Amino acid sequence: MSLLRNILLRREAGIAVMIVLFCLAVGMVKPQFLTLGSLRIVLLLVPLIMIGAMGQMLVIVARHVDLSIGSMLGLTAMASGMMFRHYPEIWWPLGFALSIGVGALLGLFNGLLVTMFRLPAIIVTLGTLSLYRGITFIMSNAKQIDRQYVPSALKSMSQTSPIFGIPWIIFIAFGVALLTYWFAMHTRVGRQVYALGSNPVAAPLRGINVTRVTLLVFAISGALSGLAGILYASRWGFVNPSNTGNGFEFQVIAAVVIGGVSINGGVGSVAGTVLGVLLLGCVSAALRLLGIPGTTQSAIYGAVILVALLIDRLVRMQGQKPATAGARA
Amino acid sequence: MTDTAAAPPLARDAAPPRPMWHVVLVRPETMTLVLLVLGVIVGSQLSEFFLDINYILKSFTLSAEFAIVALVLTMVIIAGEIDLSPASNMALSACLFAWAQQAGVPMPLAIVIGLVSGVAMGALNGLMVIGLQLPSIIVTIGTLTLYRGLAQVIAGDKSIRVPEWFTGINAVFIAGIPVPVLVFALLSIVLGLVLGTTMFGRQIYLIGTNEVAARHAGVRSRRIRMILFLLMGFASAVAGLMTASRLGSVRYDLGLGGELQMVLMAMLGGTYIFGGRGTILGTFLAAWLLVIVTTGMIVANWLPAWQLCVLGILLIVSIIATNFIYSRTQR
Amino acid sequence: MLKKSLLIGLTAGMVFATGAFAQDPLKIVYIGKNTGNPYFDSITGGFEDACKSLGCEFEFVAPATAEATSQIPFIEAQIQRGVNVIGIAPNSPDALNAVLDSARAAGILVLTVNGDLTGNESHRDATILPTNFDIVGRDQVEMVGSLIGYEGEIAILSATTEAPDQNKWIVGMNETLASDPKYAKMKLVATVYGDDQPEKSTTEMEALLSNFPDLKGVIAPTTVGIAAAAQVVQSRGIAATVHVTGLGLPSEMRDFVKDGTVTAFQLWSPYNEGWLAVHFAVGVLDGSIKNEVGTTFEVPDLGTITINPNNSINTQASLTTFDASNIDDFSF
Repeated sequence: MSLLRNILLRREAGIAVMIVLFCLAVGMVKPQFLTLGSLRIVLLLVPLIMIGAMGQMLVIVARHVDLSIGSMLGLTAMASGMMFRHYPEIWWPLGFALSIGVGALLGLFNGLLVTMFRLPAIIVTLGTLSLYRGITFIMSNAKQIDRQYVPSALKSMSQTSPIFGIPWIIFIAFGVALLTYWFAMHTRVGRQVYALGSNPVAAPLRGINVTRVTLLVFAISGALSGLAGILYASRWGFVNPSNTGNGFEFQVIAAVVIGGVSINGGVGSVAGTVLGVLLLGCVSAALRLLGIPGTTQSAIYGAVILVALLIDRLVRMQGQKPATAGARA
Repeated sequence: MTDTAAAPPLARDAAPPRPMWHVVLVRPETMTLVLLVLGVIVGSQLSEFFLDINYILKSFTLSAEFAIVALVLTMVIIAGEIDLSPASNMALSACLFAWAQQAGVPMPLAIVIGLVSGVAMGALNGLMVIGLQLPSIIVTIGTLTLYRGLAQVIAGDKSIRVPEWFTGINAVFIAGIPVPVLVFALLSIVLGLVLGTTMFGRQIYLIGTNEVAARHAGVRSRRIRMILFLLMGFASAVAGLMTASRLGSVRYDLGLGGELQMVLMAMLGGTYIFGGRGTILGTFLAAWLLVIVTTGMIVANWLPAWQLCVLGILLIVSIIATNFIYSRTQR
Repeated sequence: MLKKSLLIGLTAGMVFATGAFAQDPLKIVYIGKNTGNPYFDSITGGFEDACKSLGCEFEFVAPATAEATSQIPFIEAQIQRGVNVIGIAPNSPDALNAVLDSARAAGILVLTVNGDLTGNESHRDATILPTNFDIVGRDQVEMVGSLIGYEGEIAILSATTEAPDQNKWIVGMNETLASDPKYAKMKLVATVYGDDQPEKSTTEMEALLSNFPDLKGVIAPTTVGIAAAAQVVQSRGIAATVHVTGLGLPSEMRDFVKDGTVTAFQLWSPYNEGWLAVHFAVGVLDGSIKNEVGTTFEVPDLGTITINPNNSINTQASLTTFDASNIDDFSF
C-alpha cells in the first residue's frame, strides 16, 4: 500500500520537479524570470484555467469529459455583462451569483442529457459547445460588452487586494482548489465520484446514486465555468461573444492531463492538477519573456503535453501496475 | 444476421428474430437519411436559391477534404480509438509540400514529401497510442497542437503560393461533378466494401467491440490499429494537398477546426463513439447532411448565432436517436 | 377631347413604360471579418444609411471566426443569391482569389472595404480604404512623440504579424524614426503582436512593461490593442509615466480619455467607409462613375473623392485626432 502511495507521490513530485527545473533553466537565460514580478505574471495567467481545471478534474475522474466549458464561460460572462450594462447601479457582487447560477444550470443540462439518455458525455458536450455559443451570440445580439460597463471594482479584483497587493483573483483560484480538495477527499459524495469513475458498473451495487452524482459533477463543472466567466470580465475588463472562452476547454484539459488525471476515470489529485496548471502557466510566461514568437508557442505547448504523457507512462512502467483504484491526496 | 422464419413457439426465452424490414430500416443511417431529406426540404423553404444542384455540389467541395478524412476516421472510431489530429496533419503536410516546392524541389518530389510527412505523423500517433499504450484522445490532442504549431514554425504567418497548374482541382468537372466530390464518392464505395465485406473490416469491428477478447481470439489488434493510424495520416496528407489546390496557397491555419467537423460527420452518421458500431454509408450520408444544413443556413443569410445553435441541437438529437436505435437493436 | 385623352393616354403609357424599365433595387451585401466585432458595426451603419437614402437593399453577413477561409462559403452563397455588389473586409490576402474571380465572372462588383488584398489586387474591382495608408505610420510617430516630449523609449503593439495594413504602417513608422531628425532621441525598443485578441494584447502589454521599465510610449495601431494597453495603464495607475496612443474607437476609448489615462489617439470614420462604398457602387453600376484611376466623383457629406492608382479610394485624406476636446462629438 505504501509503495503505491510512493508512486503517486512521485507523480506530483515529478511535475513539481519539472516546474522547478524549467524555471531555473529559463532563469539562467533571463534572470528577470525569477523575480516576484514574473511570478505575479505567471499567477495572473492561470486563475481562470485553475478554476476550470478543478471542475474538469471531477468530471474526468467520474469517467466523463466536458468540452463545453469554454462556451459556458462565454455565456455566463455575457449574462453578467449584460446585467451590468442594463443596470449600471446594481450591487456588483450579484454578478457572481448570476454567473455561477447560470453556469450551474447549463452544467445541469449537460448532466441531464448524459444521465437521462445515457449519452456519451464527449458528444453531448460537443453539441452543447455549439449550442451555448450560439445562444451567447443571440442573447447579446452579437455585440460585445464594452469596458466602460464592467464595474471597476470588479476589474480591480484582478489587480490588487489589501493582502500584500496580491490580486483577489489569485486567492479565489487557490481557494477553489482547496475547496475541491476538501470535497474530493473529505466528503462522502466526493469519494463517491472517485468510486463511480473507477468502476461505474459496480457503483450502484455499492449504494451510489449514479444519476445524482453524475448530475452533481456536471453542475459543479458548470458552476465553476460560471465563476471563471465573471472572473474573465474581471481580468480582461470586457466580454466578447465570439472570443470569450474560445479554446478554454483545450487549455484546461491539457493542464488536467499533465496533472496526472487519468482519462479512464478514478484517478486524479487536486495537487497534481494545480501543478499541471502552474507548469503550463510557467511555460506560457517563459515563452513570452524569451520573446519566442507566437508562431512557435503552440508547437511548444503540444510538445509539453506529449512529453508529460511520456514521462507519466515511463514512470508507470517503472513502478508497479498503474494505480487504478482510489486516489490519493 | 437473422433469418426471416419465425422462431419455433417453444423457444420462449429466445427473443424472436427481427423481421428483415426492421433490420434494414431501423438503423442510424436511416435516421441520417431522414434528416438529410428533411434538411433539403427545409433548406428549399428557407431560400429560393437553395435547390440548385450545381450550387450544392460546389458547396460540398468546400467540405470535401474533411469528408474524405472523416471516412477513414470512421474506421478508426469503430476500432475503438479516436484521432483528433487530422486537421493539423493536413496543415503540416501541406506546409511541408508548399515550402519544398517553393524552395525549388521538383513538384513530384514535393508531393511525395507532403504525403510521407502525413504518414509519418500518423505513425507518431500510432506509436504513442499502441506502443506506449496511451489513451488516443489525449495523445491526439497533444499532436494536434504540436503539428499545428510546427506548421506555424514552417510557414510563419505567411501564405505560401502553389503553382498555377496545381490549383483549382475543385473546378475540374468529370461528368458534371467536381473532382473532390467524385473522389469522396469513390472512396466511400471502396472503404464501404472493405469495412463491410473483408476480413480486415470484420476485425476492425471486433477490436472495437472488445479489444481484449479480439486479441485473444487471434485478431492482430496492434497491427490493424497501426495500419488505421497510418491510413489516417495518408488521407490527411492527401486532403491537405487537395485543400492547397483549392485555395491556391497554403497557410498554417489550413483546416483550422476541421477535426470537429470530421467527428461531427462520423457521429451524425451513427458511429458509436466507444467503438464497435458504425458504417461508411452513415458517414457518407452525414457528410451530405452537414453540407446541406450549413449551406441552407448560409444561403438564407442566417446569422452564425443560429447556425451554431442548429448544429449543436442537430448533434444532440442525432446522438439521442442513435443511442435509442442501438439499444433497441441489441442482440 | 379626343386629343386630350390621347395625350393623357400617351403620358400614362410612357410612365408605365419607364416604370417597366425601372431597375429592381440593387442588392448589396457586406461581408465582415467576423461577428461580434464592434468596428464593423460602424461600417455597417454607413452601408445601411446610404442604402436607405439611395434605395438599395442591404444585408450584413459575417462568419463566426476570422480565419482565412471562413468567408468563402459566404461569398459563394451571395453569388448564388444573385447580389449585385459584394463588399468585403478580407480575412486573407489570397485565399479568396478563386471565389472572388467567380463572383466577378457572374457580373458582381467586388469591393474590398477597409482593407485590401495585398498582392492580389487584380481579384477585386476597387478598394475603399479608410485613409491614406502611406502617412499613417508617420502621423502615429508624431502623435506619440508629442506626448513624450520627443525623447525616450517607445514600443509598438500591433495586431497579427501578417496583417498587410499593420505591416505597412509599421514600415512607415520605422522609416520616419530613422530618417527624421525630429525623432532622433526616440528609440523603438520592441514590436509585439497581440493578434487582435484582447487577452493576448493585454499580456503582451504587461510583458512590455516588465521587460522595459523605462518605457515611455506605446503605439497600438489596432482598436483591440489600444483598448487593452489603456486598460493595463489605467489599472496600474501609471498614466503619468507611460503614454498610450494609437488607432482607437471613440466609443471604446471615451472613458480612458475622460479620466486622463489616454491623452489623445487617432482614427478615421468607419461609418464613412460604408457610406462611400454604397455611393461608389451605385454610381459604377448605373454608369455615372467610371471605375478608372484618376476619376473624381462627388459624394454627399464627403465632398470630392478621387480614385487613386490601383483603383484605391481613400475615405478621408488623413487621420482624425481624438482628445478630450472632441471625444464627445462622435457616436461610434
